[in-house]
Amino acid sequence: MKLPLSWLKDYTDLAGVSPKEYDAKMTMSGSKVESVDYLGEEIQNVVTGKVLSVEPHPDSDHLVICQLDAGQAEPLQIVTGAPNVTKASVGEICPVALHGSTLPGGVKIKKGKLRGVVSNGMMCSFQELGLDHGCVPYACDNGILFLPQDTPVGVDIKGVLGLDEYVADFEITSNRPDCLSVIGLARETAATFQRPFSVKDPAVKGCGGDIRDYVSVRVDEPALCPRYTAKIVKNIKIEPAPAWMRERLFAAGVRPINNIVDITNYVMLEYGQPMHAFDYACLSDGQIVVRRPQPGESIQTLDGQDRAITGEMLAICDGQKPVAVAGVMGGANSEITDATKTVVFESACFHGATVRLTAKALGMRTEASGRFEKGLDPSLTVPALLRACELVEELGAGEVIDGIVDVCAADLSPKTLPFAPDKMNALLGTDLPAGEQKQLLERLAFQVEGDTVVIPSFRTDVARMCDLAEEVARMYGYDKIPVRLYAGETTQGGLSPRQQFERAASSVCLAAGFDESMSHSFISPKAYDAIGWPAGDPRRVSTTILNPLGEDFSVMRTTVLPSLLDSLAHNHAHRNPAASLFEMGTIYTPVVQDGKADPDQLPHEQKILALGSYGRLSFFQFKGVLEAVFRQLRVENLSFVADTQNPSYHPGRCAQIYAGDTLAGTFGAVHPLVAQKYGFAGEVLAAELTMDALWDCKSPEKLYQPLPKFPASTRDLAIVVDDAVPAAAMQQTIAQACGAILESVRLFDVYKGKGIAEGKKSVAYSISLRAADRTLKDEECDAAMQKALAALAQAHGAALRS
Amino acid sequence: MKEQLAAILATAQKELRETQTARDLDAVRVKYLGKKGELTAILKGMKDLSPEERPAVGQMVNETRAQLEAALEAQGEHLAQLALDEKLKTEALDVTMPGEPVLLGHKHPLTLVLDEIKDIFIGLGFQIAEGPEVELDYYNFEALNIPKDHPARDTQDTFYVSDNVVLRTQTSGIQIRVMEKTKPPIRMIAPGRVFRSDAVDATHSPLFHQIEGLVVDKGIAMSDLKGILELFAKRLYGDDTVVRFRPHHFPFTEPSAEMDIQCYQCHGAGCRLCKGEGWIEILGCGMVHPKVLEVCGIDPEVYSGYAFGIGLERTVMGRFKIDDIRLFYENDVRFLHQF
Repeated sequence: MKLPLSWLKDYTDLAGVSPKEYDAKMTMSGSKVESVDYLGEEIQNVVTGKVLSVEPHPDSDHLVICQLDAGQAEPLQIVTGAPNVTKASVGEICPVALHGSTLPGGVKIKKGKLRGVVSNGMMCSFQELGLDHGCVPYACDNGILFLPQDTPVGVDIKGVLGLDEYVADFEITSNRPDCLSVIGLARETAATFQRPFSVKDPAVKGCGGDIRDYVSVRVDEPALCPRYTAKIVKNIKIEPAPAWMRERLFAAGVRPINNIVDITNYVMLEYGQPMHAFDYACLSDGQIVVRRPQPGESIQTLDGQDRAITGEMLAICDGQKPVAVAGVMGGANSEITDATKTVVFESACFHGATVRLTAKALGMRTEASGRFEKGLDPSLTVPALLRACELVEELGAGEVIDGIVDVCAADLSPKTLPFAPDKMNALLGTDLPAGEQKQLLERLAFQVEGDTVVIPSFRTDVARMCDLAEEVARMYGYDKIPVRLYAGETTQGGLSPRQQFERAASSVCLAAGFDESMSHSFISPKAYDAIGWPAGDPRRVSTTILNPLGEDFSVMRTTVLPSLLDSLAHNHAHRNPAASLFEMGTIYTPVVQDGKADPDQLPHEQKILALGSYGRLSFFQFKGVLEAVFRQLRVENLSFVADTQNPSYHPGRCAQIYAGDTLAGTFGAVHPLVAQKYGFAGEVLAAELTMDALWDCKSPEKLYQPLPKFPASTRDLAIVVDDAVPAAAMQQTIAQACGAILESVRLFDVYKGKGIAEGKKSVAYSISLRAADRTLKDEECDAAMQKALAALAQAHGAALRS
Repeated sequence: MKEQLAAILATAQKELRETQTARDLDAVRVKYLGKKGELTAILKGMKDLSPEERPAVGQMVNETRAQLEAALEAQGEHLAQLALDEKLKTEALDVTMPGEPVLLGHKHPLTLVLDEIKDIFIGLGFQIAEGPEVELDYYNFEALNIPKDHPARDTQDTFYVSDNVVLRTQTSGIQIRVMEKTKPPIRMIAPGRVFRSDAVDATHSPLFHQIEGLVVDKGIAMSDLKGILELFAKRLYGDDTVVRFRPHHFPFTEPSAEMDIQCYQCHGAGCRLCKGEGWIEILGCGMVHPKVLEVCGIDPEVYSGYAFGIGLERTVMGRFKIDDIRLFYENDVRFLHQF
């Protein structure tokens, strides 16, 4: 809401308050000021000048040389090419940008020569001053702005055109439609600065007659239109509104049109009550019916669009057809034109939600609908209507027929609340005496009578004690409410065990040199193609957004892999030689009905610890990082099972990870074809670990084990075995064969090539043996190694490497 | 005899001074104190002396021997020091050469600040709550006093999955889920992702993070809200942080407020960062609306509470002077490594 500060003077007194102070205090009392701008900010050194003479330019056909009286001792010579400056322009008064002046858009004017003739500035058009044609209806479209003849000469143009004005731009919250008006903001201003406040009741003289002879109004939907009031004005004379009204409208951001339209806009700004004016001649049967549109009805609105209107909306109709979409926009069929003779002014109260949904459905949010949707005060319609008629008479725009149509189903009786100063103090943490609370409320037009507060009708937002408490608090000053650190029962804070578990998982990844990434939760369904999931893969069934920003953001991911690969690909594309990333990302698994995601049920949300890397780690270094994660999280009994079927991964370099019998995740080298889709030629490693599974499989905290008292014996064992024998299986065989004295088995070398037969590999283990109660004898260790070798030979066909 | 001993000592000391290695030193030791050494020879010759002479000569010889041994030890230490100096000299490194890098991962800046915020509130007795990101309309709106036709819905451009299911536009719904399950006293914060259909640009992202806070107990007042949030701001932005609370409106709190901090760049004078206002908006807050308590089965006549919501991205951007929100979701390691 843009408020020209000079307008406030009609209702209150702001003397001695600077725009900066106004901004600060209003913001702190609850009317947030976004900015206070000086309307003529960009215009400097532009004055009015009278054309004294116009002579042709010796070297140009389209330029003329003017002498102007700009209030200086000597006439000012200015060369112009404006088509409307001729010899006939002598005596006209126009804006003159002097040497060193500035104009909107950062334009600077300096003296210079035009084809050899000195020009000491520029005569201006209204466009060059940043004005709208509606502000200066007398101006020609193409040329210098000639001002009215009574304009003084040699004065600053800003004062002449209403640009010497400060405009405050308020952010009005949705609960305060009353503040979408000059009067509402004047009331807040007066309350904030503790100045007097008054609004004069509009006075309409009238010209006799009886409105009932002109129009009848029927409201079929009183719930959607609690009040409908109308007045009729005849002998309309359409012309521009006077300068003061045009200037105020322009300053408030509304384009001036003509006196009748301007009056409706002016009253809307002043009272916050949207008004509409119909051309009476266009209303068939002199009837106004407020009803729901019938099937198939449509209307051309004032913006020239044909619009289908439906039964959920509300229409203002004449005896036959819709003439306006209630609360949103009027119809072209009853628009005010230069030929309009008689006007119906409508001032009504419409159901907020209906107006909101209608405006949304039709895609046209207007000044009017934006106010109605917040729920307006039905008591407002009549004063606004009378104010419009008062202005009609003041402007000489027409004659007001006596009588008013008022179809009212609204309850206009004042609402009350108990006055509970103690409860308000308890809620605020203040200690304000009842008398002071009463005074604070009365500043805002609440009436406190004994233990009752009468709520002013325009405060549709106040319904409970807490609402009153806010009024008291903001008038008292939020900054004055005392500060208390801790009240209530002491509570124990902290992360839950599960949250600590997740933090621990992240910590290992960080320690292993992985950077944390974050990616969008929604992806394109095409991402499933990119990671190689075949059509019909059930994991493709995703929670789908009805109104996505675009296809790239249209489904909730059921896997983190594409997001992870996107992030790695971004790094790769930006020539980062290596990147290792992890994300604690959520996936969304929908409830599936008949092969489709059920949109009415919440998907199952699961956290996935995804890791990805290129350019730094080998496959087994990457696996080592995963093993470190498991170790830190106490996830044991791990087995890695080769997975040749996962379409996202390399068939020979992918494993499913089991903790006991629970599938805890997948890892491997990304399938070369998938990597290629993300722009990679080399190896990309990835892992997807299900946090729920890890959490379920974690071992309990372990007790302390005494440090060994006796030394360990370490033996190396190198064997030759078929290439296909998995290392994990051999390790298990060794462990079983060595029995209780085995402390650890570590694979330290795998060799294929010269000296080893084709299809075989040499595998070397470092085996550590230890007993808790004695030093092992060499014979015991040798025997264990023999058993291990025999078992390896039997189970895997292994032979000692010679 | 006395002269003879003095001469031996003098020669020995001279020879000692000329030694350069432990080996030289050992040669001197052998020459004088060895089995066939000169001093040893004199000691051996003692047996030829008369019993009267023996004690005096013995004492002289022993003194000389002690002096010689001390000189040997001193020269030994000296030589060892020289050898060590030489060794250390050869071991000298160019300490300006770079260290071998140890790769440590970097927390995402959003996590970095979020963890800090969590720790601040944990220290104040808050727990961390979580809730679903794909949420029922009921929790995201209705239970928060934002019915279907409420104009506030227009200001939050919502992604819909169906009429009843949305991507949550705010973390406030977690308040409801917690209050439905937990009896007061409640002290919790709920960080999480929220979604709004804002087209992507430098300051808008369809996905961002909020941190919801909720306290419900007997006797909670607006002064408690001010106290805890002022403390929070000082912990996050520094002890000299100045805050202000200004009236605002949220459907689920009443009274409602927004908390600003005085611009840390211009200290209130007005600059580009604070758009000339001198203040930077940090969070929205207020006293939990009694309707919201009622919906959760908590009697507003007995209990009261406050709630607040902090935008994480904006906080992090302000702190590190990050000018483009998109950087958070690109995961460029050149960006991540800065934190």
